[in-house]
Amino acid sequence: MDRTAQDKAGGGAPVRRDRGLAGYRPLPGVPDELIGPDGALRPLWRPLIGHVQGLSDDDLTRAFGRADQYLRDSGVFYRQYDAGQSVERPWPLAHLPVLIDEADWTRLSAALIQRADVLESLMADLYGPNRLVAEGHLPAALVTENPEWLRPMVGVRPRSGHYLHFVAFEIGRGPDGNWWVLADRTQAPSGAGYALEGRVATSRAFSDVFEGQNVHRLAGFFRDFRDTLLAMREDREASVAILTPGPLNETYYEQAWLARYLGVALVQGEDLVVEKGHLMLRTVSGLRPVDVLWRRLDGSFADPLELDPASRIGTPGMVSALRQGGLTMVNSLGSGVVETRALMAFLPKLAPHLVGAPLAMPNIATWWCGGAAERAAVLADPGRMVLSPALGTGLPYDRQGETELAAGLGAGKLAQRLGRDGAALVAQEAVTLSTTPALVDGRIVPRPMSLRVFLARTASGWQVMQGGFARIGAAADPSALAMQRGGAAADVWIVSGSDVPAISMLAQPAGPYRRMAPGALPSRAADNLFWLGRYVERVEGIVRLLRARNIRLVESGRAAGPMLKAIDPIAESYGLDPAQGIPDGLIDTLAAAIASAGQIRDRFSPDGWSALADLDKTARRMATRVTPGDDAARALSALLRKLAGFSGLVNENMYRFLGWRFLTIGRQHERAMAMTGLLAALADAGAPAGALDLCVELGDSVLTHRRRFTMGTSRETVIDLLALDPMNPRSIRHQLDGMMAQVNMLPGASEYGQLSDLGRAMLRCQTEVATETPETLTTEVLDALRGRIAVLSDLLTGAYLR
Amino acid sequence: MTLYALRLAIHYDFARPTGAGRQLFRILPAETPGVQRLIQSRVILAPAPAERLEFTDFFGTRVIEVAMPPGLTRLDLVLEAEVERARAEPELDMSPRVAALAAELADWRDIGPASPHHFRAPSRRIPPMAAVASFAAAATRGARTVQEAVIALGEALHDHMTFDAKATEVDTSPAHAFALRRGVCQDFAQIMVGGLRSLGIPAAYVAGYLRTRPPPGKPRLVGADAMHAWVRAWAGAKAGWIDYDPTNACRAGADHIDVGFGRDYGDVAPVTGMLRLDGSQAGSHSVDIVESVG
Repeated sequence: MDRTAQDKAGGGAPVRRDRGLAGYRPLPGVPDELIGPDGALRPLWRPLIGHVQGLSDDDLTRAFGRADQYLRDSGVFYRQYDAGQSVERPWPLAHLPVLIDEADWTRLSAALIQRADVLESLMADLYGPNRLVAEGHLPAALVTENPEWLRPMVGVRPRSGHYLHFVAFEIGRGPDGNWWVLADRTQAPSGAGYALEGRVATSRAFSDVFEGQNVHRLAGFFRDFRDTLLAMREDREASVAILTPGPLNETYYEQAWLARYLGVALVQGEDLVVEKGHLMLRTVSGLRPVDVLWRRLDGSFADPLELDPASRIGTPGMVSALRQGGLTMVNSLGSGVVETRALMAFLPKLAPHLVGAPLAMPNIATWWCGGAAERAAVLADPGRMVLSPALGTGLPYDRQGETELAAGLGAGKLAQRLGRDGAALVAQEAVTLSTTPALVDGRIVPRPMSLRVFLARTASGWQVMQGGFARIGAAADPSALAMQRGGAAADVWIVSGSDVPAISMLAQPAGPYRRMAPGALPSRAADNLFWLGRYVERVEGIVRLLRARNIRLVESGRAAGPMLKAIDPIAESYGLDPAQGIPDGLIDTLAAAIASAGQIRDRFSPDGWSALADLDKTARRMATRVTPGDDAARALSALLRKLAGFSGLVNENMYRFLGWRFLTIGRQHERAMAMTGLLAALADAGAPAGALDLCVELGDSVLTHRRRFTMGTSRETVIDLLALDPMNPRSIRHQLDGMMAQVNMLPGASEYGQLSDLGRAMLRCQTEVATETPETLTTEVLDALRGRIAVLSDLLTGAYLR
Repeated sequence: MTLYALRLAIHYDFARPTGAGRQLFRILPAETPGVQRLIQSRVILAPAPAERLEFTDFFGTRVIEVAMPPGLTRLDLVLEAEVERARAEPELDMSPRVAALAAELADWRDIGPASPHHFRAPSRRIPPMAAVASFAAAATRGARTVQEAVIALGEALHDHMTFDAKATEVDTSPAHAFALRRGVCQDFAQIMVGGLRSLGIPAAYVAGYLRTRPPPGKPRLVGADAMHAWVRAWAGAKAGWIDYDPTNACRAGADHIDVGFGRDYGDVAPVTGMLRLDGSQAGSHSVDIVESVG
């Protein structure tokens, strides 16, 4: 009987656990979300805290487990940089959400909308007349020396009429209980997708409380923003895409996730080309227009021609397309400039000039040390000041090594430093953040927190996401917030006193149902699918080969010598060291498959991804301990089963359109190449005894051979079954038939009955195999055929994948 | 006033047909009131580009933007222009002390293309260079005004460096060229820009053309009839910008035809994109500047 059952069986009132609440004390001088100034639990939190106190330890573990399991199953990751290495980490969910009262949130939202307007009009000035500098409101150097002020964008009016469409603010509660802006995020704010995934996970942990309390939903925000993106297209046939820096970016997972969730394409710079002032996506069906681009790439990387020439992830001509009004970019190139930390020193004074009113929510007190009065202010009270680069962005405590305590320098050194580098420095008041309850080892303790709030510009103006994510410190020190250093992220619940509308992402259009045409497949995605197919098939071939070798090692011992002599050159041609149980070459091929899959994560179901990741993890684990012989043979069989699992998921679930065709062509191509090579080596007159049986085993056709032929293997039966028989799914002929069928379905396969180069070469290969006999398909002919099949890959690449 | 017929020819041969590509050309002579007038110009590209347009960049340089079709095996560009250029008049030195520039800059609120503010800080190709900074400090010790400092540094650099077309390439850093004590006009100009900035004098990199007119009994100027580069230094609000050519240790005058200016070579490179003006692509170019009889 577990403890939950005991609780229930005990009858009477359920056991309430205190969970540390009695000892919960807000930190001195710091407001707390859970406990009000009067020392009492805020009413808002009662249902959630009550629920947590009513759960047994096991139930609580299970509730948290449901949330963590959801994140794991969905593959919610972010990338962490550690000692020069970048690794994927699961999303660090702090299970208790942060609860905020709707009335508080409404005030906060209005203030942030005003701030978004301030930044928008600041953008318009910095990329327009530069009135603020001319009138002396802003020092020239903050603009001209700012790496995010992109000169080629000066004078380029955004087609949409707006510079900013999607922004985020980092906010915290100060000692007086009021909210402060800690940082502006306008370049390419991340986290909205994580916020939504955090919501799903948290609501799984506390589904009863979530349903019982009126928590505002997030889906409406995304739906409206998606509709806005679509509506900003001037060409209705054109598409909307998210521009990603690629899989090595720390939030690539989120970018792929958003693309899937919003139903838009995920593209990299090299996928795009500028043509006659328009942005075009390279697809297997030719160039297709992209009219709205949600940029998740830092501005200066976007165009090597007019911005950073060293960028290898940009699109030459992007600036030109923007200058010609050929697309709308979210946010416009150069929007990173208004994130500049030193601007926070000026925004309070600029706001009245820009929007005619003072800031409704202050930002952390900031002094730009380029001014004599500011330097004096810092020298007068260094105790509460943090120094950081004036042109830096983001939260000062996120950039360790970039910041230092002013007081730590000593008065003399500080004066010297400010005198020498003043213009390059800002001083900011050290933040003291409010605390929110976090569960640590089953006890509720106060931890510092900040919120990231997202705003999207929609047809009806700025809309604030009714939630977001909170960053929770790992310790009481506010600098422990940074996720890179053990902080966690919590869901944010905006709790209303009345019912909240339920919203679904999938709005039902009016009128009769029409099936949508599938979107064009980007060439790079097709290339990765093709190679994923090839690598997965190669892994399978390698595993079968190694298993056969290890079985022979066990069964025949020394007598296996001649067979190993036949097998090992094949293994070595795949870069494998046959003496290793799980050779490094196998791990490398698997890694290549994962790399290809990682490039097209937006096209992958989480199940498919998990299956592949599991395969990789298993193989790596095995590689550390598996020894050649029986041990290896069994391990390899286990890998083969996992591979079949992945193939099954792909085959059963993948939409039968262009993407699937390239994946299939990849698999069949690799299989045809491998089988041609195997037959040339093992069905040759010079091959050792048993080589024909090995061939049949590697071709997974032992049973078929037994059933089709009453005799043992001969060169004729083996060649017939593994090369010529169209009914055998392992034969060369079967691969070529399959490839032919797919190639015929590709765009431009034939023009007015004239075959493409690929189609012609394909047909020749297929015809050749179809007209051979076991007698005529000699080793020499097999070798020549292999060369012709190899060329098919080049032709396919030339026609579709570049 | 001198009237010139300018002809620039650029030729590329490609060993393998190249894919489609986008290129920027900054080769058209500038229109500078009182100094230089572009009377007419035409640029012919063969084969014809798939797209061709023109825009003016942030610093006011005219840029020809072309998209070339795929499958190119050769490319020819010919610019023919008629340019009028003013003779250099000896000017009164109206520039302040170097130390007084900072205060003038602090009050300078314009950040338009010709604002000195763009040219104070290190730039992508001209980072801070300690060796150049101490060289500049030593060379300008006796200078009383900004103009004197500019000339002193220019002359010192000209003495220190040897013109050598083989010593450096287009991507050689100015620090490296300075250490080699060799280079071409691009190196001379970028080193001098770096030196001036280290002294607190805003300095721009100017790209253009140079005509050579060998004076009687004297050798031809180095880099005869060529693409050229020199320096534009800000000598305070009153004196404004002054042009100096460190490769030839002279003020830029009637023999210099400017195309544009920027923070360093990268802002005014004659060819930007897949193609470059040197190295890998077997490119060649020639410049002819002939004084025409008005």
